[in-house]
Amino acid sequence: MTDHVYGFDTLCLHSGQIPDSDTGSRAVPIYQTTSYVFDTPEEAASLFNLQTFGNVYTRLSNPTVAVLEERVAALENGRAAVAVGSGMAAQMIALLNICEAGDEIVAAKTLYGGTHTQLNVNFRKLGINTIFVDSDDPENFARAITSKTKVLYAETLGNPSLNILDIEAVSKIANQAGLPLFIDNTFASPYLCRPFEWGAAISIHSATKFLGGHGTTMGGVVVESGKFPWDNGNFSTMTQPSPGYHGVRFYETFGDFGFTMKCRMEGLRTFGPTLSPFNAFLLLQGVETLPLRMDRHCSNALAVAKHLEAHDKVAWVNYPGLKSSQSYELGQKYLPKGAGAVLTFGIKGGAAAGKKFIESVQFLSHLANIGDAKSLVIHPASTTHRQLSEQEQIDCGVPPDLIRLSVGLETLEDILWDIDQALSQT
Amino acid sequence: MVWSIKNMSDIATLQRVLSSSKTIAVVGLSADWYRPSYFAAKYMQEHGYKVIPVNPKYQEILGEKCYPDLASIPCKVDIVDVFRKSEDALPIAKEAVAIGAKHLWLQIGVINEEASELAKKSGLTVVMNRCVKIEYARLFGGLHWFGVNTRIITARKQIPKP
Repeated sequence: MTDHVYGFDTLCLHSGQIPDSDTGSRAVPIYQTTSYVFDTPEEAASLFNLQTFGNVYTRLSNPTVAVLEERVAALENGRAAVAVGSGMAAQMIALLNICEAGDEIVAAKTLYGGTHTQLNVNFRKLGINTIFVDSDDPENFARAITSKTKVLYAETLGNPSLNILDIEAVSKIANQAGLPLFIDNTFASPYLCRPFEWGAAISIHSATKFLGGHGTTMGGVVVESGKFPWDNGNFSTMTQPSPGYHGVRFYETFGDFGFTMKCRMEGLRTFGPTLSPFNAFLLLQGVETLPLRMDRHCSNALAVAKHLEAHDKVAWVNYPGLKSSQSYELGQKYLPKGAGAVLTFGIKGGAAAGKKFIESVQFLSHLANIGDAKSLVIHPASTTHRQLSEQEQIDCGVPPDLIRLSVGLETLEDILWDIDQALSQT
Repeated sequence: MVWSIKNMSDIATLQRVLSSSKTIAVVGLSADWYRPSYFAAKYMQEHGYKVIPVNPKYQEILGEKCYPDLASIPCKVDIVDVFRKSEDALPIAKEAVAIGAKHLWLQIGVINEEASELAKKSGLTVVMNRCVKIEYARLFGGLHWFGVNTRIITARKQIPKP
């Protein structure tokens, strides 16, 4: 007898929640509590020793947050997940779980600006050095690996260059070197792409974007595939007694969810970027409709991209779903259901025309986010990537005239109307 | 070492094994509190099972008399739970059959097809490369508090504990 395999839409609605035995509450209850009473001193000791599974303090675990964790783990077809207060916190907790002073990260140079800064500035201060490579040629990762390398890091879709990573090729390079590939899968969501199917070891999400989907809530999730052999000799912090948690050997004790337990008992416990239970509840509401929203995001975005490509005021359009895109072929492989909500374009007249466009839109919202149900627009060179030099901006795919659009769920004709009327004013 | 979800026993089998058992002989149980075998045995003891330590190095673990081998255990054993190297599993499987145990459970990382086949042929249920504590917590509550993908989908209230 084998267990029934549930479809993705069912997992979005049900994974992680068993209706609680006391109330039978159908919605996920919000456990807005910091702490949990112990039955006996012995039980308390067992909980602290991790000898029994249970809740101690919401900085480490919370029953509402746990539903979100398990649900996202199920959507990625992974073994386990840990949720934190933001996407930035998620990648920090994941990377610091295995990197320490003297170690190196090899990362795609087209990463989101905030991620680039975290690695290039903040991690460097901690003695962890990142080598940024052109990820469009997977061999560049292989060339940058040294004996100090601990992890390869990239995004499914670069932000905002929208270049698609050849995940299978980079995974192969990582695995041959005995290293894990961490993928920021925020732009695709697990509905469009599941990096573990292509060999990645860890998937990271800013749940703030498509998982939450409504622009209400910050959150991040780290998901573990459960398939990476942490005992291959390169990861003593996973196999040796933890000085941060009274000598527990995380891989030996928790096996295929040892990475997640270490994130929780070391990263969350000592750095503390906890996700609020209320925020977990809001993110769960979003996840319930993820497949429906992603389908509409993708069909609207493709229609907008085609419309812009044909518009005589537009200089160029970049959307991996367009045949003109350099990433079109990789998109057919990794994002067969659609190339996501985000596209970029440049208007004839350069940065000045772009500024005028953003001033002229009626209901496209000018703000620094993606993945809202509403359509969003921004000029990254003056906002999200402002901290970088112009050369760094160009290197990570942000020319001065680039406008980024996160296409929402409004009536398609209305989105096209707003774009057209704003373009007519440039 | 790589764990594979492919080899996982189905939920109904695991429920039957854990619900129909009262006594677990833990072969290779360590007396060191921070060892995984101690974690697992203490947990199962706290959840109502009689744990029988099997290890020639000790007299007593977790308040229970420790036996040098399975054959020395004077009472009936439901589950033989193995915390030993994969290559040691075959003679333990033979002993498990000899004492009339109902189930053979090989812990995470203990993989031995020969031992598994031998036990199955003698009518034992075999669970391999999984942790008894983790699977108990997966089915009867606890594991879902730590973000683990339990693959349990239900609109019924929490399953009662065995």
